[in-house]
Amino acid sequence: MLHMLEHVFVEQSLVAAFAVIGGLMLVSNVIGKRLTGGRVHGSAIAIVLGLVLAYLGGLATGGKHGLADIPALAGIGLMGGAMLRDFAIVATAFEVDVIEARRAGLLGVVALALGTVLPFLVGTLTAVAFGYHDAVSITTIGAGAITYIVGPVTGAALGADSTVMALSIATGVTKAVMVMVGTPLVARLIGLDNPRSAMAYGGLMGTVSGVAGGLAATDPKLVPYGALTATFHTGIGCLVGPSLLFLAVRALVG
Amino acid sequence: MTVLGVALLALCTLVGVFLGDLLGILLGVKANVGGVGIAMMLLIAARIWLMRHDRLGHATKLGVEFWASMYIPIVVAMAAQQNVVAAVSGGPIVIIAAVGSVLLCFAATALLGRIGGRPARDGAEAEPAATVIAGDVEAPSPVRPTTAGGR
Repeated sequence: MLHMLEHVFVEQSLVAAFAVIGGLMLVSNVIGKRLTGGRVHGSAIAIVLGLVLAYLGGLATGGKHGLADIPALAGIGLMGGAMLRDFAIVATAFEVDVIEARRAGLLGVVALALGTVLPFLVGTLTAVAFGYHDAVSITTIGAGAITYIVGPVTGAALGADSTVMALSIATGVTKAVMVMVGTPLVARLIGLDNPRSAMAYGGLMGTVSGVAGGLAATDPKLVPYGALTATFHTGIGCLVGPSLLFLAVRALVG
Repeated sequence: MTVLGVALLALCTLVGVFLGDLLGILLGVKANVGGVGIAMMLLIAARIWLMRHDRLGHATKLGVEFWASMYIPIVVAMAAQQNVVAAVSGGPIVIIAAVGSVLLCFAATALLGRIGGRPARDGAEAEPAATVIAGDVEAPSPVRPTTAGGR
């Protein structure tokens, strides 16, 4: 019986994912309304629950894709994968206030530049503090602090050690998780309540998954503005990581 | 037809991602540069063009808005497949680098958001999107404690 049920889940993976995620969101909304009196957004709870389940799934299977490594829940990998995520992000642009977005254009560019340099600085300084002395390792760990894609792309381009690459990716993933969970908590404090600041936020935070999750949990209205700038972030990071930033680090540490 | 909206969305995404790949190659990067951002701009342009020519039917709109409303569930599915174990077991160097950069960027967001002052008008035009993206089928309730209002 249980085996047959699992078979259905495996065969109908995406459909099963819709049902499971729908159930998760329903539970989260009830928790948000009943237990927190509406103070915490249901989607914020759903994202945190998703991360917890990803942790448990990772522990149970030893895989890299959280819950999606469980065969019966493999559809979650497709549903939350880059393809559908990007498709849905593009769809949110349908209601963007063009005037607002255009007005914040320059701000977005400044945010993108800062959002690349600041995390890189923190990452490199941490790497140096933990005893890394070669330019390749320092740059790779610093790049990981930009996003978890910039890290390995930079590391691969520079020929970094695999443990350093793992650290770099882990830094990027931790950053994404922190952004998802932290954004709704600090939103009010940092004035994240209008399209302008959302565009600055997207450029600064960079990590598309972090920004997507963080804004969804804070105020869905702001999602397209943050996503608009954030999607340029990884590309720019991959551009300057192995080139400009590496040369700068090499000039400093020799 | 609803599928026209979905097809429009798909077309914008495909063209955007293709251009992002092209931009990556031109810049000599092994990554897509702003593909989704370009796709978003294409979709915005398409919407303006369709509205101006009065061709944006209800069904077409539905095809796009359905996917916009699926956004949060998709993000939840995305969260459920992150490598959280690696993030948690990365050790102090990972935690310090990640926490430090996130805090610094939050501070910079506060700073940048305030430069040039607050926007003069509220995002009244973007308001319908809030309910679409939030996936609310019911009418929006008058009191929404989670949207940081009170400006």
